[in-house]
Amino acid sequence: MPGVACVEDVVRKFIAENFLYRESSGEFLDTQSFLEAGLIDSTGILELVFFLETTFHIHVTDDEVVPENLDSIQQIAAYVQRKTAEQNTVQEIPNAPRALSA
Amino acid sequence: MRLEHFLHEHARQRANKTVLVAGTRRVSYAELDEMSTRLAASLQQQGIERGDRVLVFLDNCVEAAISIFAIVKAGAVFSTINPTTKTDKLAYMLNKCSAKGLITHQRLLRVARGAIAPAGCVKVVIAVGSIDADVVSWSDAIATAPALRDVGGISADLAMIIHTSGSSGMPKGAMMTHQNIFAAGRSVMSVLENSENDIILSVLPLSFNYGLYQLLMTVMMGGTLVLENSFTYPHKIIQKMQQERVTGFPLLPTIAAILVQMESLKPECLPDLRYITNTAASLPPAHIAKLREICPRTKIYSMYGLTECKRATWLPPEQLAIRPNSVGKAIPDTEVWIVDDKNNRVGPGIIGELVVRGPTVMQGYWDNPEATARALRPGPNPWEKVLYSGDLFRMDEEGYFYFVGRKDDIIKTRGEKVSPREVEDVLYALPEVREAMVVGVPDPILGAAIKAVIVLMPGSSLSAHDIMRHCAARLEDLMVPKLVEFREELPKTSTGKLRRADLQSEFVAAGARS
Repeated sequence: MPGVACVEDVVRKFIAENFLYRESSGEFLDTQSFLEAGLIDSTGILELVFFLETTFHIHVTDDEVVPENLDSIQQIAAYVQRKTAEQNTVQEIPNAPRALSA
Repeated sequence: MRLEHFLHEHARQRANKTVLVAGTRRVSYAELDEMSTRLAASLQQQGIERGDRVLVFLDNCVEAAISIFAIVKAGAVFSTINPTTKTDKLAYMLNKCSAKGLITHQRLLRVARGAIAPAGCVKVVIAVGSIDADVVSWSDAIATAPALRDVGGISADLAMIIHTSGSSGMPKGAMMTHQNIFAAGRSVMSVLENSENDIILSVLPLSFNYGLYQLLMTVMMGGTLVLENSFTYPHKIIQKMQQERVTGFPLLPTIAAILVQMESLKPECLPDLRYITNTAASLPPAHIAKLREICPRTKIYSMYGLTECKRATWLPPEQLAIRPNSVGKAIPDTEVWIVDDKNNRVGPGIIGELVVRGPTVMQGYWDNPEATARALRPGPNPWEKVLYSGDLFRMDEEGYFYFVGRKDDIIKTRGEKVSPREVEDVLYALPEVREAMVVGVPDPILGAAIKAVIVLMPGSSLSAHDIMRHCAARLEDLMVPKLVEFREELPKTSTGKLRRADLQSEFVAAGARS
């Protein structure tokens, strides 16, 4: 499972390369809203979701594509952490009996 | 009939009915009427007179709606400007129409101030959320209720100037009277069977004709408009549509493409949705099928229009299955036909330019007689001019029209027109750029994605991001190239002129193969 700092680094790099080039000032806080900064539009969010799904091997459902999860670097990192933790829990269940019998 | 008449009448008949929902704010007809009257009186008090131009440089918000109605109540002419417009272009537009007023937002004041200084014509600046001394704050502008002077406006007066991309690179301001707007609204509302019971949700910018008319028609019909700023978070929009029991949803192929990808949309999830409208380009059959699956009882209207006449054709929903690529026939009270290069009307199957005749046709482009003369030309009657759309069409045997392409190089991205020349002018401002050409490449979501193909000066190390950053600082968001390609040379004619058509067809062919 990737650590928070690691996820934040990867996300920050992706945002910087794909969206932040619009910002001449350079400094963009991890808590800053993409919507308010006008950084991400309806096609940008599709690129972001595709990136998260392929990089972190998570499935982002429609109802998770909301600003509460994706509107800042910090929110994305927390969301990816939650998702990967959830998926690992789900994946571990079928293995549990084998673990017990070992 | 003037625009403000509808607002006033509905405020009288249904004072407490909600006309506008924007974010968490709900505004009644009485409130919109009252606040726009206050702002109108304030504009007059600050020197705005009948016929003056006032630019509305705001995103989709309550204040934008108030401003639009206030400006016409003051007898002036409004022009809604894309809030991502940058300083130089805003200065051009302010200057071009000698704007006397500008209404903006604190967040946009940096851009606005930069544009006002060189334009020199702006006397009144109102800013929402500002306490700066050099501008009038929004709260001050609507705080008191000075008497609104009747300046004697009639429906033949200009109501708005709406900007569209010109092939020369500079925007053109299409002039619309109150009569134009009334005629377009009445015609479109009749085909959509709109009534006061309609609740429309729009994510389209008010600076865009299609988005602006959602507000204007809502007020004409006495309905409700749920105004959103974007389709960035589709799930939120769907939730809003369900909560507000939305009956009408204007979309573009870009929005439809995102919508049909949503796995969570189940049949009947939008039971109140009575109609969907689509314009800019026809929807792919697969998207139509998916929309039908999600909204089996919703009528889908495919339409075609241009800023210069708002709307020209519509396809009755029952025809969509028969001819999904058609944009239908003329809207009520409008006539359309196709002409060849010699200006002769042509029959079925022959491609030519679409010509539009009717009361929705603009009065011309503001201070641009050359462009006006190209668009408005003598028609079949000696006493009138008709609109040459610049769009190539064909008609089938049953008289249904099909959009084929543009006569000029204009690119349609996200349903809006972009002049490649305007983007190229910005690219050439970079000293490292030796040659640049901008084309539209097929894109499943955007329709066409803006692509810049660039030849750099020897030794230059500019990156694609450098190019995009440069453009983003000078162009509206939708004009910023999505793709940048560097080449050693660009296709040219024997005389050294760049051959845009060659490059364009190269990408279209590549898109068709992929």
